[in-house]
Amino acid sequence: MLVKGLRLLFFALIVRPVIHVLFGVNVRHRERLPAVGPALVVANHNSHLDTMALMSLFPLRDLPKVRPVAAADYFTKSGWMAWFSLNIIGIVPLDRDARKRGEDPLAGAVKALEEGNILILFPEGTRGQPEEVGEFKKGVAYLVERHPEVRASPVYLHGFGKVLPKGARLPIPFFLDVFVGEPVAWQGDHDQFVDALKAKVLELGSQAYLPDWL
Amino acid sequence: MLSGIAPGLRWALFGVFALLSLATIFVVVLRAARPEKDVTELWLRIKSWWIMAIIFSLALILSRTVAVIFLAAVSFFALKEYLSLIPTRRADRRVLLLPYLAIPIQYWFVAKAWYGMFIIFVPVYVFLLLPVTMVLIGETKGFLRAAGTLHWGVMTTVFSLSHAAFLLVLPEEVNPPAGGPGLLFYLVLLTQMNDVAQYVWGKALGNKKVIPSVSPGKTQAGLVGGVLTTTVLAVALAEWLTPLSLLEAGAIGFLIGVAGFLGDVTISAIKRDLGVKDSGQLIPGHGGIMDRVDSLTYTAPLFFHVVYFLHY
Repeated sequence: MLVKGLRLLFFALIVRPVIHVLFGVNVRHRERLPAVGPALVVANHNSHLDTMALMSLFPLRDLPKVRPVAAADYFTKSGWMAWFSLNIIGIVPLDRDARKRGEDPLAGAVKALEEGNILILFPEGTRGQPEEVGEFKKGVAYLVERHPEVRASPVYLHGFGKVLPKGARLPIPFFLDVFVGEPVAWQGDHDQFVDALKAKVLELGSQAYLPDWL
Repeated sequence: MLSGIAPGLRWALFGVFALLSLATIFVVVLRAARPEKDVTELWLRIKSWWIMAIIFSLALILSRTVAVIFLAAVSFFALKEYLSLIPTRRADRRVLLLPYLAIPIQYWFVAKAWYGMFIIFVPVYVFLLLPVTMVLIGETKGFLRAAGTLHWGVMTTVFSLSHAAFLLVLPEEVNPPAGGPGLLFYLVLLTQMNDVAQYVWGKALGNKKVIPSVSPGKTQAGLVGGVLTTTVLAVALAEWLTPLSLLEAGAIGFLIGVAGFLGDVTISAIKRDLGVKDSGQLIPGHGGIMDRVDSLTYTAPLFFHVVYFLHY
């Protein structure tokens, strides 16, 4: 209870003012974001801010249901970071090495979907080069295959890799752009699903003016 | 709270909100009389005018410090919008901290009424230091273009706009009717009314375009009608808000009318160069904050220096 309250306060008093006032988000088609879970939000990944901004787009009362899927080996490696990631950010840890041990890497995510959560997922699996979209991994397809009724909303994020790219400590204010697309449904094929998602994300990014970042 | 406001300013504020109420009633009536017409855009625009007028009036009424901080925030949002819009170099990411840091420093000089530093800080110190920080990073490809665009941004969004704030700290006794807040209100009201008047005259009597290659919406009728309206308004309000004689007020009204137009089309040229219609989406119905303060980047320094020369 106390931790849930802390999480709410952290987002209400720190994350949302920073995201919406210090930086500022322009959202195209916010209404396309899922209103209820279970659902997936799938975006390109450039910055730790991606997660914070996507979570800030949902009404505060939905916060308990909005959870990012994040790599367990990175976010739960040290004690205090693990506590913060799991309880305050509310991540669903994804164990990238589970398969080697014969375990199910998607178990946590599947459970979270079954509990009606809205999961935020970055199929690139890493923040990569600033403002570039890398290869999409197939985990998201395996997840949707197990719950074919779940829709995945593609989102293109721009500006986040300028504000706080991988490796940077000092954020520089820029307006952030978020483009939300129509949800994609499971079609029965892993490659096709992931390709469709990536194509949608790239298409969303191509429709707007985005200044050069050379 | 209201008792502390100069009577001239009180009446001017009253007038603005009366005008906004009239505009609101007009749209409500229009919507009822001609439901087939789409007035969503107009409605959004008026709603945003209400919010802007309320925030600006509150900042002006509360205290001088609040008003200076408010204008510093306007500079911050305008600069952020500008930097988000222009092409920037990856190497310059940390360099961009300097333009942002220039805002609190510049407005601190304003708050202290330190005229000497206020007038040279950006054109001398920031001008010299910004390229140095870029040199230290060592990337020379696109150096001149990057330095040029950054300087342009700081000059318009920080230096130009801060002139509006310096009006607040001019000696009160020179302007018995309304002091610094009166001058600021006079400048902002005339600049914004000039935008509206140019738009309305252009819509009503639109004929030949002034500079179609930059801003196809600007017509000669709009420009002339707008400048005349602003000149008349400047003369009518001068006695309540400023130390200006009627002749001076007329000349300044004319200046604001022309300079407002020039500021508007200059920002339009930038937007056209970059290939965007609006500078952002911060103000529903208006576009971005640069779309709203574009005229002010020209009128603020010109108005300030003419008034300063004539009376301070």
